[in-house]
Amino acid sequence: MYAIGERINGMFKVVAAAIRDRNPEPIQKLARDQLAAGAAALDVNVGPAAADPLEAMEWLVKTVREATDAPLAIDTTKPDVMARGLELAGPGSIINSTKGQQEQLDIFIPMAVEYQATLIALTIDENGIPRDAAGRSEIALRVVAAAMEKGLEPDHVMIDAVILPVNVTQPTPGHVLETIHSIKLLSDPPPKTVLGLSNVSQGTTMRELINRTYLVMTLAAGLDAAILDVLDSEMMDAMIAAELLLNRAVYCDDFLKAYRSGRA
Amino acid sequence: MPFEMPLERWAGAVNLVTIGATGADGGSRTGTVTVGGDTGLPLLGFEGKTPHRPIIAMEVFDVPPAELPSPMAEAVGEVCQHPGAWARKCVEEFGADLVSVRLMGAHPDRSNRSPEQCAETVKSVLQAVGVPLIIWGCGQPEKDNEVMPRCSEVAAGENCLLGTATQDNYKTMTAACLADGHKLITEAPLDINIQKQVNILVSDAGLDLSRIVMYQATGGLGYGMEYAYSIMERTRLAALSGDRMLSMPMLALVGSECWKAKEARAPEEVAPEWGSAPERGTLWEADTANAFLHGGCHIFVMWHPRSAALLRAMIDSLMGEEA
Repeated sequence: MYAIGERINGMFKVVAAAIRDRNPEPIQKLARDQLAAGAAALDVNVGPAAADPLEAMEWLVKTVREATDAPLAIDTTKPDVMARGLELAGPGSIINSTKGQQEQLDIFIPMAVEYQATLIALTIDENGIPRDAAGRSEIALRVVAAAMEKGLEPDHVMIDAVILPVNVTQPTPGHVLETIHSIKLLSDPPPKTVLGLSNVSQGTTMRELINRTYLVMTLAAGLDAAILDVLDSEMMDAMIAAELLLNRAVYCDDFLKAYRSGRA
Repeated sequence: MPFEMPLERWAGAVNLVTIGATGADGGSRTGTVTVGGDTGLPLLGFEGKTPHRPIIAMEVFDVPPAELPSPMAEAVGEVCQHPGAWARKCVEEFGADLVSVRLMGAHPDRSNRSPEQCAETVKSVLQAVGVPLIIWGCGQPEKDNEVMPRCSEVAAGENCLLGTATQDNYKTMTAACLADGHKLITEAPLDINIQKQVNILVSDAGLDLSRIVMYQATGGLGYGMEYAYSIMERTRLAALSGDRMLSMPMLALVGSECWKAKEARAPEEVAPEWGSAPERGTLWEADTANAFLHGGCHIFVMWHPRSAALLRAMIDSLMGEEA
């Protein structure tokens, strides 16, 4: 599974303070720690409190780039902040994210082509989040068609079927599983699937248990990537074991170590 | 409508491994050999690159195996009592790319030769030929742990390929390779899971993954060849999928496995209906090698010059200008 580390986000107090004080050390440590824990890419989000989001994103991307060349997922809804982040992060970055309505696709798909980035598209449109799997797949199909029309290959599109907290809507985890499964039939090659995992447990007790259980379920449904807390080592262990059980890795007695050192 | 070839796209590649060191690199070999670097399945040149051809090593023994099959005894002749001369014959007459020295005489049930005697054998072969060497112990772990460090030491700087490290006995071999600048063969009993585990153990002990060649205890034709083949295939698929713990080049002991088979070694008078003994034995060996060539093997340790020549012809005809 392609793991995108979620921790460099202004929603976390440590990160918000580091951005405010322009203090690189906590940010670079989070970057290194997440990569060592198995992240293949790092999400960067300045958070809602940043006074000047553009300037904050510039500083944040440059700061992370001093620590690593790993792909970055530029996490913002603002097109100007996204473009600047992609420019500084370099080719191979990830746009996190666009929604499915045409106005947004018209902005972000050409941006993905221009900066050689992968595009994360949420299955949300002007009507909000669909109630079921069919509605989600319909938006996904629209995104893939629009991407192909503008020269963005389907495997450079990642569909995020939008998970909601389980204590808010209990049917959603099932709908998302169904969507992940059906998205693989949309095109050849199919788009990738991704999930902002931690949202499933928002506001619940035993968040870690819910996160890791649902991660394993989504992997079994065919999930390719997740934005998640890679520093949760029990969850990463569960993910590695699931990959093994899905025959995506060759077993050996030290399979946890093999997976982690295979990424070093 | 024009036909478009459906091609697999692979994320990984087989590691490159170079064996041997010339004067410029602190050794005394006249040349080096490099294997690996493959970016696709074997012999599918339209899908990936094979930057280096498979290599033919020929095996010599410190003490010749008891009951050397008659076609082998005839081909090797009197030099079978002299590992250096045997090695020279392999290179000069038989065209071997590498010489593999097997120190079977060290085995307590055989001649129980001392580490010092074995080291002398290694030195004599190093002096006799300019090609890089593979050096194997006798397969008895306790004895190999005495013999191999001494042999490694006398070949220090020559960048030999030392065998073997197993799941239960890898520390001494790994330390010897690290100390004396050699490459290491990791061995598994026809088991891809154990192969991966040995590689992790050896890499944890400090040896870089780029210094490892993998060996699955080979099965010859009729005696498990298909298991060895399918493990090679699966290992290559793992490497191409990006599994760094299975991305090393592979080696097979074709000669010693095949000439164990009664079908290969039985004299004509015992089984006249099986036809000419030299032809039968060498075909047994060459056919096994052919299967492993298709499985993705990189280094073939052969016995008979005719089998080696047949394998070379197969590599030439199948790979053409590719590598």
